[in-house]
Amino acid sequence: MSKTIVSLVNVDKWYGENHVVKNMNVNIAEGEFLTLLGPSGCGKTTTLRMISGFELPTTGIIKVQGESVEKKEPYQRDVNTVFQNYALFPNMNVFDNVAYGLKVKKVPKDEIKTRVKEMLKMVQLEGFEKRRINQMSGGQKQRVAIARALINRPKVLLLDEPLGALDLKLRKQMQIELKRLQKKLGITFVYVTHDQEEALTMSDRIAIINQGIMEQIDTPINIYEHPKTKFVAGFIGESNILDAVVLNCGEDGKALVGTEVGRITALDPEHKFQVNDPVAISVRPENMLFSKTPVEGFSIKGVVKEHIYVGNLIKMMITLNDGTEIKVNRFSAEDLAQVGDMVYLYWDLDKGIMLKEKNLVNTDAARDIEGGKADDEDE
Amino acid sequence: MNRRHVKKKISTTVGRIYATLLFLFFYAPVVVMIVYSFNNSRANIVWQGFTTKWYTKLFHDSMLWEIFGKTLLIAVIATIIGVVLGTVGAVGLKNAKFKGKKLIMNSIYFPLVIPEIVLAVATLLVFNMGHIGLSMGTIVIGNATLVLPYVYITVKARLVGMDPSIEEASLDLGADRFYTFMHITLPAIMPGVMAGAFMAFSLVLDDLIVTSFLANAETTTLPMKVYSMIKKGVSPEINALTTIIFGVCAVAIAAYLIKDLITSIRIARKRANAM
Amino acid sequence: MTKTSDVVPETPVVKKKHKDKKSFKARLSSFIMCAPISLWSVLFILLPMVLLAFMSFMTKGALGRIVYKFTLENYAEMFKPVYFTVIKQSLLIAFWTTLLTVLLGYPLANFIASVKKKTSGILTVLLMLPLWVSGLVILFSFVILLNSSGIINTFLMNIGLIKEPLDLLYNNFAVIIGMLYMFLPFAVLPMYSSIEKLDKGLIEASKDLGAGPVKTFLKVTLPLTSPGIFAAVILTFIPCIGYYMVTDMLGGGTSMMVGNLIYRQFTISRDWPFGAALAMVLAIVILLMVFIYTKLGGDLDDLGA
Repeated sequence: MSKTIVSLVNVDKWYGENHVVKNMNVNIAEGEFLTLLGPSGCGKTTTLRMISGFELPTTGIIKVQGESVEKKEPYQRDVNTVFQNYALFPNMNVFDNVAYGLKVKKVPKDEIKTRVKEMLKMVQLEGFEKRRINQMSGGQKQRVAIARALINRPKVLLLDEPLGALDLKLRKQMQIELKRLQKKLGITFVYVTHDQEEALTMSDRIAIINQGIMEQIDTPINIYEHPKTKFVAGFIGESNILDAVVLNCGEDGKALVGTEVGRITALDPEHKFQVNDPVAISVRPENMLFSKTPVEGFSIKGVVKEHIYVGNLIKMMITLNDGTEIKVNRFSAEDLAQVGDMVYLYWDLDKGIMLKEKNLVNTDAARDIEGGKADDEDE
Repeated sequence: MNRRHVKKKISTTVGRIYATLLFLFFYAPVVVMIVYSFNNSRANIVWQGFTTKWYTKLFHDSMLWEIFGKTLLIAVIATIIGVVLGTVGAVGLKNAKFKGKKLIMNSIYFPLVIPEIVLAVATLLVFNMGHIGLSMGTIVIGNATLVLPYVYITVKARLVGMDPSIEEASLDLGADRFYTFMHITLPAIMPGVMAGAFMAFSLVLDDLIVTSFLANAETTTLPMKVYSMIKKGVSPEINALTTIIFGVCAVAIAAYLIKDLITSIRIARKRANAM
Repeated sequence: MTKTSDVVPETPVVKKKHKDKKSFKARLSSFIMCAPISLWSVLFILLPMVLLAFMSFMTKGALGRIVYKFTLENYAEMFKPVYFTVIKQSLLIAFWTTLLTVLLGYPLANFIASVKKKTSGILTVLLMLPLWVSGLVILFSFVILLNSSGIINTFLMNIGLIKEPLDLLYNNFAVIIGMLYMFLPFAVLPMYSSIEKLDKGLIEASKDLGAGPVKTFLKVTLPLTSPGIFAAVILTFIPCIGYYMVTDMLGGGTSMMVGNLIYRQFTISRDWPFGAALAMVLAIVILLMVFIYTKLGGDLDDLGA
């Protein structure tokens, strides 16, 4: 792909005794839509604020266009932010809000006029110039905030949960509009959200952050289909996760692992694991298969506890011997087993993902990023 | 109608009568003050007949005007110092972190909570032990300290209601901190600044305790003058002057209310037209 | 829980406290904004209080001189009957003023809170207006109103209700009336704001549950508005003790407040150490009250508006 525009190198952030961002390494490509996704308090907003300059990293380097920016104030950086609650200036009308960045830079009045007009047209707010902020709806305020941030023609636009305050319908609509805008302008978007669906819909790449650690950074499809850590597997979509220990590593890339409730065959083509390694096996509910008779390589069985109808699909809950609940999704009532039936669970080998049980903090995260970078260059 | 309604009506009527009585208590002395500014008696304790001579005299009393001018000057300067210190300080202390911040923040409330006379004598000690001669400057310093907490509190109240991210948004859009303070923060907290300034000004204008402790022998302010007259009766001239001040205040407030009324009518009309 | 602890291995035991990192310019601007008010507070609030405490332990010399020698004499002197009577009396006057202020002010605050928002704004302005203009000059009107040949006595005699003029001026009655006039408006404001903040739904709920108006008031309204009442108490009691003008004007030398006593030490008697000791005691008592107020959940900011 294209060249890197923002990069974080070994960035750490401490608040007193809280280590909120841990050895963050990421390269953001020009024109990319990158989403920082994670539960609240995971450090994603802090990461964003370090790029915009409102926070300084405790250690580490942040580069924008190859230039280190730690010494630069927020107002000296070529990045602009769309704030969570819009942060529009209440004492100004729409025109003055959008024009603010240009006025600060003492751009000639005529140019300000034409550029504001152009900007308002782009966010579909023509004719709203004289409106006061308190007369605008949430969606309209959002558009003003975007127009205001884009008028300075930033290299990177940072968005901090910009759609959080909107209702579901408006949010979906704005998601599509934002994505369109980003494609049209070709500006890099760094987008923070805790909404995984939003992230999967809009992003070119998603960085999953948990407790200050970047667990994985990849395309939405890869994140969903090939989660690299237990956290990612659990956080994105639904997963059945079983803790296990490697019992046997085959030459053919097949490994036999043991759980509390039985044995599983899993794929390890790169021979990443050794005997006695603790691992976790993740299987999506839609990939979970069952049979009345044992299947070769698997020896997990459970009792069907209940069926839950969720619109177009049916969830079947199966309880294993140790009490673990397994979710199985089916689209038709004919594919189900009766409640109370004993069934054997299995899946296509490539649908069961073997994950490291323990995530080694620094080295691991760094290795993942380096991998990502290498991929980028290959393309 | 039903019993509840009747009860409610009675309770509002009682409330109204009660409030009227108390306001009578508050305004009776005001009326007396105004009426006695037309009293044809120097001692001004007993009514001796109508005259406007005190007003004429007031306009020719250069000494009283000088005192009034001095009082205004002190009030204006002390208010400005108090407002600048309190406003900038309230904004600054909101996000700052330093050792002793808590002590500073608590100490700002001192002039408000301790009796004025304690502040007055304590401040006098500073000047006395520092061998600083009393002057108009010392009066200004004492009064600025006295009003500081009022400004600080009203500004702080506005800051609490202000979204802090608008300041960040301004920085983000390329404005430095000074530009942001002048164009974003200050307009947002302006009502608090104005309320604090108004309170400060009226406090200093009427202050006797701090002022008389920190004044030298030559300086007299209006409240000091009034107080010195108490034993022999306050001159109707002072009543005349206070009546004029009262009139100006009343007119200003009335004008403000009328302007408010007109805007609300205009908005209502606009809304009706838009429908 | 187990999931999260799995992910992060134990960090080294040494916990370092990291300073919040801020840019030089951010720190500079913070310094520029905090320095003036901090410096002012140190010079003209904290330093005066320290000097006051220092002075209260010094010895009085001849001709009003101060001898810099430590003594507790000034504090002991307060227990002399002459001074102790004044302290007792001013506490008494302050007590009655405060009680009357709260009792009279609360219903007024309640009324102001019950009318339309706009009207209540106008009423508060009207309430404060006389004091904003000049409390001192208007206070003198009470001399005109209350003296033996004053308006009230003349009126009462003219309608034949009394034969001899009543002693209305130059006694504790006049002092308390004057104090009420000076402090009632200030006391109404915090009570008004706490009543206004009150959730009307709670009162409705209490009435719906069968509690009468008296019980509702005692069990719901009063406890919820108590911070406002306590603020009113502080706003009346504190200045009342220190305010020497009312007693001077309307008390006519018969009654004296601690304020008058302090005033005398710094003017006529020229006994600064004793005056400082009196002021110290006053300050300590009041700071104690304020401390209790904040511990009860009161907000210092409510005392200023």
